[in-house]
Amino acid sequence: MTLPINQHALQPRPHTTPGVTLTPRRPAHPWREPLFHVGMGLVSLVWIAPLVFVAFVAFRTFTDITSNGLGSLPRSFSVDGFVTVFTDGLAGRAVWNSVIVTVSTVFFTLLFSSWAAFALSRFHIPWRRGVLLFMLAGNLLPPQILLIPVSRISESLGIADTLLALIIVQIAFGLGFYTFVLHGFMRSIPVEIFEAARVDGSGELSTYIRIVLPLCRPSLAALGALATTWVWNDLIWALTVLRTETKFPITAALLNIQGGFVSQWNVVAAGAMVAAVPTAIVFFMFQKHFVSGLAVGSNK
Amino acid sequence: MSQAASLASRGRARAGPDGTRHRRRLNRVPPLIWAFLLVPLVFEVAWVFWPALNSFYISLTKWNGAGDPRYIGLRNFQMLAADPIFIQALVNNVIWVIGFGGASVVIGMCLALALNKPRKGVGLYRSAIYLPMVFSLAVTGLFWRLLYQPDGAVNTFLGAIGLEGIERQWLADPSTALYAVLIAAVWRQCGYIMVLYLAGLKGVDPALEEAAAVDGANAWQRFWQIVMPQLRGVNSVVFAITVIDSLRTFDIVWAMTRGGPYNSTQLLSTYMYQTSFTVVNLGYGSAIAVVIFLFAILFIIGYLARSGKED
Repeated sequence: MTLPINQHALQPRPHTTPGVTLTPRRPAHPWREPLFHVGMGLVSLVWIAPLVFVAFVAFRTFTDITSNGLGSLPRSFSVDGFVTVFTDGLAGRAVWNSVIVTVSTVFFTLLFSSWAAFALSRFHIPWRRGVLLFMLAGNLLPPQILLIPVSRISESLGIADTLLALIIVQIAFGLGFYTFVLHGFMRSIPVEIFEAARVDGSGELSTYIRIVLPLCRPSLAALGALATTWVWNDLIWALTVLRTETKFPITAALLNIQGGFVSQWNVVAAGAMVAAVPTAIVFFMFQKHFVSGLAVGSNK
Repeated sequence: MSQAASLASRGRARAGPDGTRHRRRLNRVPPLIWAFLLVPLVFEVAWVFWPALNSFYISLTKWNGAGDPRYIGLRNFQMLAADPIFIQALVNNVIWVIGFGGASVVIGMCLALALNKPRKGVGLYRSAIYLPMVFSLAVTGLFWRLLYQPDGAVNTFLGAIGLEGIERQWLADPSTALYAVLIAAVWRQCGYIMVLYLAGLKGVDPALEEAAAVDGANAWQRFWQIVMPQLRGVNSVVFAITVIDSLRTFDIVWAMTRGGPYNSTQLLSTYMYQTSFTVVNLGYGSAIAVVIFLFAILFIIGYLARSGKED
């Protein structure tokens, strides 16, 4: 099908503002607005329903689940599931491991990648675009190709089965992406700012600390929010590097909880909630940053 | 200080070859900046590229982890070609790419189009759809395991609307398990695809669409003829991301079915993991990893070419 478009109609119209109904001649259907809300309300409900269901299960008693069935509406309220998950399920330990791993990984990844991005975006490094794409390529590799050698290397360095190994490998694997995003942002900083800094006699280190880092705060926040959820959510690196269950971060520990409390669904659901809530908090606190960080790759 | 001068010269050097030559003296990179670059770079090479290269060598050996790997040439790859589980994992992965990619792109794009214009309630709806993507794939898998239990919410819901006939043990039935896992993964992915399309739609010129509307094009025509061509960049990014993600997919399958029942949810990544860390056949596992890499590399190069171009 072809459109009967006149050439003059393609001229941009100055009065156009995004978000305003595009067809002023045709009056909007009176049911359009309510229909939109009914439709989207339903979609949102469907999207939230699995969460609500798991939350219900987490707060039911074991006897309620066994006698009324997993799918029935809750007829009891208890926090037994959470108590069990934190005592017998060792979730407290696992959450603490996750916090250690996540905080140090996110901090060092952002630090290192801001260094690399600063060097690549503002200095005449030979083949710097090639270097940048090379680093990004590392992040795109399927992790499967690294698993066996990484577990071997961490064994030969004597750091196998330690949180340190898990932190190191996650920093290394993430660097490329964060460097790429920060590089794009740093290039958009006007050259004049750096010229002014030079005139004022500012060296590289102080330029980096006093100018680059403060200007990059929005993208560092976006990447920080993203990285926090990604590192917290990791499973495959933890399974590869760690052997001892007490060292597992919460995501990996969940699978043990699932195996150890078979058919005690309130405990399993409580464990899933414990693993999910921190990332949900990060998301609601930094939703704007989070979404803008995710959108970064799309316009490239 | 000549070192600091190189800071500013970067922007101008792109102006032309003359400017570059003229400033070469000023372009010396100070040692601190070399350190800034080399620390992360060496780190990544040591922990990402060097292990990756190792995998290629291990894939040419027979090795159970103890002792030295024994070089056997391409034998592992010949065995893969005749391995029914590997073939099944490959077929499942193809189904996964198409199902996971197709469903999440169609749903994510429709949601982005519906929620593009700012109006009352849009923020709330968007948040509801974004929320699942912050949960780990392992948590998502557990959530849906609960839903799919024989007396879980899915079957209870089907019973309530009179569809008892199709109730089943979704994850224990080899004919439905893969699709059951797929739905869980799509549930989580749609928010991400929606973010990408919402960002893409920001770049769509509203004047063009309005002009077409004035000329009588209906919404369907406007979408395909005006909006879609302007989303080409996003489409190719989404395509690359979907394929790369699909080849990596591990967590959600591991949390829900571990590849079972009867390998019906086995993907390349789960088969690789089982072979390497449960069976400890490291040469064979590496060969599967190399196959995954070879499938991914085309899309990785495509993605890099796009990323580098506009830079």
